[in-house]
Amino acid sequence: MCLAIPGVVKEIRGNIAVVDYGGVVKEADISLLKSVEVGDYVIVHVGYAITKLTESEAKESIATWKEALERLAGF
Amino acid sequence: MLAFKDFRSRELAKRALEVIEKLSAGESFTFMHVCGTHEQTITKHGLRSLLPENIKLIAGPGCPVCVTPASDVDAAVALAEDGKVVLTYGDALRVPGSELSLAQVKAKGGEVRVVYSIREAIKLAKAEPEKEFVFFSIGLDTTAPSIAAEVARGLPANLSILNALRLTVPVMELLLGMGDLHFEGYLAPGHVSAIIGARAYEVIPKAYGMPVVISGFEPLDVLLSIAMLIKQVKEGEARVENEYTRAVSCEGNVIAQELVSRVFDVATVQWRGIGRVPFSGLKLREEYAEWDARERYDLKESRGVDIRPGCSCHLVIIGKLSPQECGMFRSACTPAKPYGPCMVSQEGTCNVAYRYSQQEV
Repeated sequence: MCLAIPGVVKEIRGNIAVVDYGGVVKEADISLLKSVEVGDYVIVHVGYAITKLTESEAKESIATWKEALERLAGF
Repeated sequence: MLAFKDFRSRELAKRALEVIEKLSAGESFTFMHVCGTHEQTITKHGLRSLLPENIKLIAGPGCPVCVTPASDVDAAVALAEDGKVVLTYGDALRVPGSELSLAQVKAKGGEVRVVYSIREAIKLAKAEPEKEFVFFSIGLDTTAPSIAAEVARGLPANLSILNALRLTVPVMELLLGMGDLHFEGYLAPGHVSAIIGARAYEVIPKAYGMPVVISGFEPLDVLLSIAMLIKQVKEGEARVENEYTRAVSCEGNVIAQELVSRVFDVATVQWRGIGRVPFSGLKLREEYAEWDARERYDLKESRGVDIRPGCSCHLVIIGKLSPQECGMFRSACTPAKPYGPCMVSQEGTCNVAYRYSQQEV
């Protein structure tokens, strides 16, 4: 039920963004987020964007992930 | 697009399992998650069989449909029988009430429609102003802000909310107070946390000495979170750590939190299979009572039949029993013909186990 899907914002019309989930395009309400721009990645739950993530953050998170794992390995 | 394929790297998963094996050597660890989506990740990717035998993962109450009590379903059924159009998420359609589910009342001619969000419910209500619509609002902290946002904006006059929203942290606390459930750490749900923030879990290590790691939903997220939990336990520490930093901040989504507290009061509510949990539910505040279906239609809380004879959902929901240990699993209870609520929802522990785990022969 708390399933939420990441997608990229293609267009913004007031409180509504057009979000592309890897080919499936749907509208989402963005009023729960401070600022959203075209090209941002958002996580959408029941039609509302609940949080934002950027491409660089997600890429970094793989690097952070590897680093965290190796730190744990050395523990 | 985002490089999500990196999150499925075999090589990294293998390394994570090696690290977990090394960290956990010679000891046993049991961790509980409280999220239907985590259960999907864990079961779909076979993580329980990949992890060393000394690591046990148990599923707690993370499926909102499963914990919605029969009395709430009974209220929705009564409204549909009374000629109201009942709108709800697809998952809620077949949840058993004391006598009927919404799917059954629909089959008998009641008007019950599936919607994807409250926005869709508003559109439907506006399109048919001569009809009375009720949105059966099931969900956890993640779903509450969407309802709050629309109630704060004002709903159409012919739409009201039958609210069954529940909060995650109070039930996590309740399980720790039960005394007969034994586990060493919580894997906290990522999308609930995107709303409430990492800081919302502080009470769990502080008051109960229980480690918490907020986890994302890729198999690698779950594996790293398990390694982080093991490390905390071994160090004799208990704190809130955030593995899912790409989506969850310490303070969470403040706009969403403010909307939820503007529109809702916290209330003590019934959880199916668990009982009444203090301050674990949301109720529309008095200033929004005109959109509360319970007020509008003067609904009385019934004493519903939550667990039918022979059903073990009350034990599965709190992680005391695995679906395979229930005598009805795969025989008298299947996703096509669910007997108990844990088999109904796509996120119910029994439903997930039925779809993804090996059938024993």
